[in-house]
Amino acid sequence: MNETTRQRRVDRAFRILTASCALVVIVLMGGILFELLRNSGMSMKEFGFGFLTSDAWNPGAGEFGAASSIFGTVVSTAIAMLLAVPLSLIIAIYLVEVAHPRVSKIVGGGIELLAAVPSIIYGMWGLFVFAALMQEHVQPWLGRWFGFLPLFQGPPMGIGMLTAGLILTLMVLPFITAVTRDVLQMVPPVLKESAHGVGATMWEATRHIALKYGRRGIVGAVFLGFGRALGETMAVTFVIGNSHRISSSLFDAGNTIASSLANEFNEASEPIYLSSLFELALVLFGLTLLFQTLAHFWVSRMQRQEAGSR
Amino acid sequence: MNRAGSAEEARSLPSKVSVRNLNFYYGGQQALFDNNIDIPEKRVTAIIGPSGCGKSTHIRVYNRIYELYRTHRAEGQVVIDGKNILLPSVDLIDLRKRVGMIFQRPTPFPMTIFDNIAYGLKLHYRVGRTELSDRVEDALKRGALWDEVKDKLGEPANALSGGQQQRLCIARAIATEPELILMDEPCSAIDPVATAKIEDLIQTLRDNYTVVLVTHNMQQAARVSDFTAFFYKGYIIEFGATKQIFTNPAERETEDYITGRFG
Ligand SMILES: Nc1ncnc2c1ncn2[C@@H]1O[C@H](COP(=O)(O)OP(=O)(O)OP(=O)(O)O)[C@@H](O)[C@H]1O
Ligand SMILES: [Mg+2]
Repeated sequence: MNETTRQRRVDRAFRILTASCALVVIVLMGGILFELLRNSGMSMKEFGFGFLTSDAWNPGAGEFGAASSIFGTVVSTAIAMLLAVPLSLIIAIYLVEVAHPRVSKIVGGGIELLAAVPSIIYGMWGLFVFAALMQEHVQPWLGRWFGFLPLFQGPPMGIGMLTAGLILTLMVLPFITAVTRDVLQMVPPVLKESAHGVGATMWEATRHIALKYGRRGIVGAVFLGFGRALGETMAVTFVIGNSHRISSSLFDAGNTIASSLANEFNEASEPIYLSSLFELALVLFGLTLLFQTLAHFWVSRMQRQEAGSR
Repeated sequence: MNRAGSAEEARSLPSKVSVRNLNFYYGGQQALFDNNIDIPEKRVTAIIGPSGCGKSTHIRVYNRIYELYRTHRAEGQVVIDGKNILLPSVDLIDLRKRVGMIFQRPTPFPMTIFDNIAYGLKLHYRVGRTELSDRVEDALKRGALWDEVKDKLGEPANALSGGQQQRLCIARAIATEPELILMDEPCSAIDPVATAKIEDLIQTLRDNYTVVLVTHNMQQAARVSDFTAFFYKGYIIEFGATKQIFTNPAERETEDYITGRFG
């Protein structure tokens, strides 16, 4: 057998092997989607589109609606992103541009460690330590000074939407920080030197040059955190209070799609209950897909802008 | 075109930079030893010497860019326009506006061609839209790049060729009206045609700016510079008119280096 045919065969085998591995991913995706659709069929037939808009959730009466769960998912994720993104950027900038290398190493190590802590631990800590802190100090303080806002009204209960959002913040913060830090570290030193060379301050060089240079990686980091916040289950279940209602106050208990699923699958005795939970899962799947697609378009638009004209 | 200056001229010209007893340390390791030199104003001074002899280290003191790294340290005096710029009281932003720097590899900022030039301008001057675009145009013209980019100012700078990017960086440095321009092997990453353009550009810069050019290319030093300093192991071995350095060096090491016996 001559060399080139052998080589061609090896290449071919390699291609088939890699392609079939990739195929597994597609099949898995399809399988999950199919199962979700199949199992939520009953609920879809029963409630139709109203499932998405109704906030009724009375398993006893056979009434199910996803609105409160969608609301809770969006609100808790929004709180987390609103707080975590700017904080992470600031910490990452500090670690790369400002801190003494030794400090940077220690804090950076701590951040990586935090990113690796299992979410159940965040949940337990959140329930036993953080919720108490919220109840005794943070919520009363917010109520006193910002109580005129509907967001901060009602009795401080410790657990609730705000606590869930803050726990999520703490969970995604190390993720976004670690990736952003890596992105900033990849900025060529000579590029930073040129920025300083034309007279930029440290802040200007970071903001205009380093962040801009790494912006695609940073957007990626943000979406990584976003995906985690959206689907986070255990920690949220511990602290959100698990009640199916939409409240204007962040002090009130609420739920997210993921937390409802975790909480209620055991109790779902009726077929329609189970089917509704499956439809809820389908909604989460859809939400995730939607945001991933948006992220994808955003990043590729950024790429086009870089390549094309103003 | 060789405008190599003479020894008399070197003594009679006012100096833009006067370096006195400059020592430089990378942490515990000393890289420059007692450097003394007077860079003549509105002339091109070449710095030559074997790799690792401290050429880059030396010129990086002039705009104190080394301070970005906390272990790097300079001692001695570097007097620019009568002021010792190593004093802590010196305003670094202002210093860097007056002392432009070009690096070995082109370093376009991640933005459009126009914004690359406008960026430095906007850091130092409050200018309106029309004045800004006038000054960008002017800088690009002086950087000998205008004709090639005037129709695509809105395009990202990293879409330019390496040689164009390097001229963009020169234009960017010129835009803030520096008096002194430091170039660290500006042609080492680009092709001969682009190199010729940059050498021509350096010739024209001589009329208005003081240029310090680090180069590994002996012919380049001979072609474009008026004065040449030879560095060796962190010491300035010899400094004089380019013609004299290349035809009749005073020191053994200089001669060995320019005749290619080492380095
Ligand atoms: N960041 C640094 N940390 C420690 N030592 C350094 C650093 N940069 C340079 N040096 C050392 O300082 C000495 C001078 O380096 P420098 O870069 O100034 O040489 P150079 O003449 O510019 O060389 P080349 O022609 O290769 O660019 C060398 O011995 C080098 O190893
Ligand atoms: Mg060098």
